Amino acid sequence: MQFGVFTVGDVTVDPTNGREPTEHERIKAMVTIALKAEEVGLDVFATGEHHNPPFVPSSPTTMLGFIAARTSRLLLSTSTTLITTNDPVKIAEDYAMLQHLADGRVDLMMGRGNTGPVYPWFGQDIRNGIPLAIENYDLLRRLWREDVVDWSGRFRTPLQSFTSTPRPLDGVPPFVWHGSIRSPEIAEQAAYYGDGFFANHIFWPKEHTQRMVGLYRQRFAHYGHGSPEQAIVGLGGQVFMRRNSQDAVREFRPYFDNAPVYGHGPSLEEFTSQTPLTVGSPQQVIDRTLGFREYVGDYQRQLFLLDHAGLPLKTVLEQLDLLGEEVVPVLRKEFESLRPAHVPAAPTHASLLAAASADAGSPVTGDLAGAGSEAAR
Amino acid sequence: MNRRTLAVVSAGLSQPSSTRLLADQLAAATRDELARRGTEVEIRTVDLREHAHDIVNHLLTGFPSATLREAIEAVTGADGLIAVTPIFSASYNGLFKSFFDVVDDQALVDRPVLIGATGGTARHSLALEHAVRPLFGYLRAVVVPTAVYAAPEDWSGGAADDALRRRILRAGAELAEQVDRRPPSAGPADPFALTADFADLLGRTRPAAS
Repeated sequence: MQFGVFTVGDVTVDPTNGREPTEHERIKAMVTIALKAEEVGLDVFATGEHHNPPFVPSSPTTMLGFIAARTSRLLLSTSTTLITTNDPVKIAEDYAMLQHLADGRVDLMMGRGNTGPVYPWFGQDIRNGIPLAIENYDLLRRLWREDVVDWSGRFRTPLQSFTSTPRPLDGVPPFVWHGSIRSPEIAEQAAYYGDGFFANHIFWPKEHTQRMVGLYRQRFAHYGHGSPEQAIVGLGGQVFMRRNSQDAVREFRPYFDNAPVYGHGPSLEEFTSQTPLTVGSPQQVIDRTLGFREYVGDYQRQLFLLDHAGLPLKTVLEQLDLLGEEVVPVLRKEFESLRPAHVPAAPTHASLLAAASADAGSPVTGDLAGAGSEAAR
Repeated sequence: MNRRTLAVVSAGLSQPSSTRLLADQLAAATRDELARRGTEVEIRTVDLREHAHDIVNHLLTGFPSATLREAIEAVTGADGLIAVTPIFSASYNGLFKSFFDVVDDQALVDRPVLIGATGGTARHSLALEHAVRPLFGYLRAVVVPTAVYAAPEDWSGGAADDALRRRILRAGAELAEQVDRRPPSAGPADPFALTADFADLLGRTRPAAS
C-alpha cells in the first residue's frame, strides 16, 4: 500500500498570529514538505492545481519536475489535474516529459474543478464539466497510446496526423486515478477504463465514499477488469497529531474554527465524528485509518492532507515526522497483513512495464489496471 | 386501507409557538379529510428550531448531520407537505428559507404542498402570496389554492374561531384531495445512482454526424 501527502496549495492566514505567508514562501514550503515526505519514508506527494487566489500551484509539472530532481524514490502525483480546462494535448506532453525526467515516478489524478468562473478563463463552461472530463480524457488516453492520432470532437480543434511528444517513457503511459466526491459518472469513467478511483473522503461523511467506491468496484468488474475487490482505490485523509490527544485538539482548534472549508460551522467535535478528520494521538490516527477499509475494502493508496488552514511549515514538518515514524510503519504492516493475495498493489511504472512486457510482446494498447492484469477491451 | 405520509414543517422560533399550533391544526384537518376518504395518514413533524445549527452547518459544509438528514428525508419522502412560517420583514423567516435552500431543488416536484403563516398583524397576510407561494412555485411543487394566515385576532376567539377554522378545513381538504389523487411517493431520489452508462456518456460528447 502507498502512503503519502496531498496538498491544496492554499495561502491562508495563520489564525493564531495573523501572519500570511507570501506566495514565494508557500511554494517553497510545498517543496520542503515533498522532500520531507521522502525523507520520512512516505511514497507519494500530490499537488493540487488551481488558477485562482488564494492558491499557488498553477503549474504542477514545473513544481513536480523540481521535486523530481531533488528526490529519488518519491512518486509524484496530482490532486487533481484539471481535465476540464486544460488542453488534453498539453497534459499528454507535460506529463510524458515529467515521466522521462522523473524516471517513471509519476502518476496523475484527474478532477473537474468546481469553481465556475475559472472555466471561461480557459475557454470552457462549467455546465459542460462532465462531458469535458469524458471527451478530454478519452483523447488524452489516445495521445499516450497511439503514435499518430486523427481526432475530432466537441471541445477542441481537430487533430490530423498529430504525434504527442515525447512519447511516454518505455511506451507505458502514467497510471491515472479519477478523483470525485459525489459524481457517479466519474466512478463509471474510472471503472470503464480500469483506471484508479480516488475518493476525496475528507470534508464529507463516510457514506459518500462508501457509495462511490462501491459503485466503482461494481462497474470495474462489469467492464471485465477483474473482481470488484481488485479495483484500484485511493482515499484522502486529514489528521492533526500530538503525542497527547488533548494537546492536538487544543493546538488544532483555532485552525479548524477558521479553516476555509468548514470554519465557522460545525464544532471540531461534530466534524471529527461526521467526517474522517482525526485530531489526536498517533494511535488514534492509526485506529481510525485502519477503520477505512471496513467500508471501502482493501485499498491501494492513502494520502493525508496536513498543510492547510494556515498551519505553519514547522508544524507540518512535525506532523510528517509523526506520520513517518509512528503511524505509517504500523499502517503498512497492518494493511499488508489484512490484504488478500488476489488484491493488487497500486500500479507503478515498473509494474505497468512488467505487465506490458508480459503481454506477449504486443504493443501497449490495452487497459493496464494493475500488475499482471490483462488488457480487457 | 390506503396509507400516506404527511410532512409538517414549522419554522416557529418560540416555544410554545403559534406557528406550530397552526401547522398542527392544518395537519389535523388534512388527516381527517384523508381518513374520510379511507386513507390513513402518518404525520411527521419537523420543528426547524431543533435543527437551526445543523441547517447553518449544512450551508457551510455541504452535507447534513445525521439528524438533519432524517428531517430532510421526512420532507422529501412524504406524499404531502404542510409548510408554515412566521412572517419576518415581509417574508418567510430566514430559518424557513435556509431549510428549503438545503433541500434538493428537484425533490418536491409535483408534491402537494399547503402553505401557512403567522404574524403579528393581518397586514402581512399577503406575504404568503408574494413570498411563500413563489418559493414552492420555483420548486415546481403543487401548492393548493388556499393558503392560511393566522393573525393575533384569529386566535383571540380560540381554536374554534369561525373564520380561521373554515380556512383551515378548506385548505386541509384541498391538500387531501391532491394527496389522494396521486400514487404514493417513491421517496427521495438517490444522488449516487448511475443514470447513464459510459457508452452513453462518451456518445454524448461525439458530434451526431460522425
